[in-house]
Amino acid sequence: MRREGSPWTGLATVVAKEMADHLTSARMRILEGLIVLIAAGTLYTSIGMLRRTTVEDPFLFLRLFTIADAPLPSFLSFLGFFVPLMAIALGFDSINGEYARRTLSRVLAQPIYRDALILGKFLASLATLALTLAALWLIVTGAGLLFLGVPPSGEEVLRGIGFLVVTIAYAAVWLALAMLLSTTFRQAATAALAALAVWLLFSIFWPIIVDFLAPLFVGQPADLVAALQAAADRAQAQLALSRVSPNTLYGEATLALLNPETRTLGLVFFGQLQNAIVGAPLPLGQSLLLIWPHVTGLAAAAILLFTLTYVLFQRQEVRA
Amino acid sequence: MTAVIEARGLTKRYGGITAVDGIDLEIRRGEVFGLLGPNGSGKTTTILMLLGLTDVTAGSVRVLGLDPAREPLAVKRRVGYMPDTVGFYEHLSARANLRYTGRLAGIDRAVLDERIDAALAQVGLSEAADRRVGAFSAGMRRRLGLADVLLKEPEIAILDEPTNDLDPTATREFLDLILALKGRNITVLLSSHLLERVQAVCDRVALFHRGRVALEGTVAALAQQVLGGGHRIILEADGAELEPALERLQGVVGVSTPEPGRYVIEASEDVRAAVAAEAVHAGAAVKSLALEQPSLAEVYASYFRRLRDAA
Repeated sequence: MRREGSPWTGLATVVAKEMADHLTSARMRILEGLIVLIAAGTLYTSIGMLRRTTVEDPFLFLRLFTIADAPLPSFLSFLGFFVPLMAIALGFDSINGEYARRTLSRVLAQPIYRDALILGKFLASLATLALTLAALWLIVTGAGLLFLGVPPSGEEVLRGIGFLVVTIAYAAVWLALAMLLSTTFRQAATAALAALAVWLLFSIFWPIIVDFLAPLFVGQPADLVAALQAAADRAQAQLALSRVSPNTLYGEATLALLNPETRTLGLVFFGQLQNAIVGAPLPLGQSLLLIWPHVTGLAAAAILLFTLTYVLFQRQEVRA
Repeated sequence: MTAVIEARGLTKRYGGITAVDGIDLEIRRGEVFGLLGPNGSGKTTTILMLLGLTDVTAGSVRVLGLDPAREPLAVKRRVGYMPDTVGFYEHLSARANLRYTGRLAGIDRAVLDERIDAALAQVGLSEAADRRVGAFSAGMRRRLGLADVLLKEPEIAILDEPTNDLDPTATREFLDLILALKGRNITVLLSSHLLERVQAVCDRVALFHRGRVALEGTVAALAQQVLGGGHRIILEADGAELEPALERLQGVVGVSTPEPGRYVIEASEDVRAAVAAEAVHAGAAVKSLALEQPSLAEVYASYFRRLRDAA
């Protein structure tokens, strides 16, 4: 049966309203405060360290994001940790909140399709995240300009923008997950808790689980050659499993972008390093080629999770 | 009078449970139609199907000549709906809430603010327009819900349990607002489980029972059909035993004497004149004579008592 009328009627209205809600909410204030604090803290240490180094570094600017001073993690690892939290905070009550406030049936009684409502909510939250992350990125870059006194090269700017885009894709995955849980669970608190559980699973427990699971994929070696092969297989299995986690994908992708010296993200055999000039940076195109599967993976995960949410929401009864 | 809502054999099943079981409805332009019945008798599900908010299992619906499942946008543009539990975004003002639905309804920006002011004025919320909805009372929320419907300038207003959680004064005020809609040629479909409260405003009613329409028609016609007599006359008279004499009167169906000197006469027509003449003739001192409209609740109770007895 064909439905008449565009499914996107009212989309712009939903996006505008949801974004206004996000940007004025107390929740957003807290997140912004937290982010600024993190930026200030990590910048302070990284700029201090960079000023002390006298070695010539063609990618001085990118070090701003990656350098860490012992107790404090780098800006990059902070983001890897906090972006999911931000995304969860914006998404965990997006659908069940409408049910709880009893606004859903009133909104759906307007001449719009559900498609516009759910896509509008997703886009508004994603735009809010993108806006916050872009602002943060500009603060860090601007502070770098001020305190280092060195302008970034064209390639550094491009790599920095790439970093921002990957971070937004990473945020989209967690946002889609939070919305999926918010459609599945009627209670916003349950959805938030479930999302935090997944976040903890991937940021803390996944490496342990991978260590435990990887050997199960590899048979018992019979001799020395087979043992070597088995070790390589185990490492491969470990890598494949750990890449199920969006955190790993994000970590590897940003590593390759911000450390141009990164030549590979997997196992390297000695033979493969022959004739390579160790420590020489890759051109941007090659780095992008290296992380292309990662970026595709992140985008695919976000789309898959959102599609699930979409289907679930379409089938839900208006009256809960 | 043309039909604006037509349902034929409308059925809704959730899994194995039949919520609405083959109902037929025909609602004409400009009337106030009541869907009445206890909770869980299928009223809200019927309404959701009329709006295309839930799928129809079997049967057909036409709203303003359109199929709500195929052309929901066109239907929802012309039909206003106030849900039984009406909720708003608590952190926004009444005006901001209406602006959001107004924009979703596709009302032109140029006229939106005017229409919001007009709708708020009609429901008496002009003073509270810029206050946060979080601070509104239940009655104010209901009225804001009605403003939300009026904003669209709908041809049909569907109000689900509009007097739920309202005190008697607020209920009366709200029913007056509904009657005002009728004056503006808006067809009103309302549902309620409080038969007494809404019977006064409904032109016609459909009594729901377990997903079916048990009875349909005007209140008077239903009373005629179910209670046998459409009229109930209360006579207070002292001095003589009138019951046998009253029973012989033409048009009288039954007479009972709940207490001495007080007679309750069920009749198929208004026989007050004959009753008065008979009482005076018998030498009784007539103290009062009144015609009582039979209530829907009584119709309902009596109908289902009879169904149970038959079973």
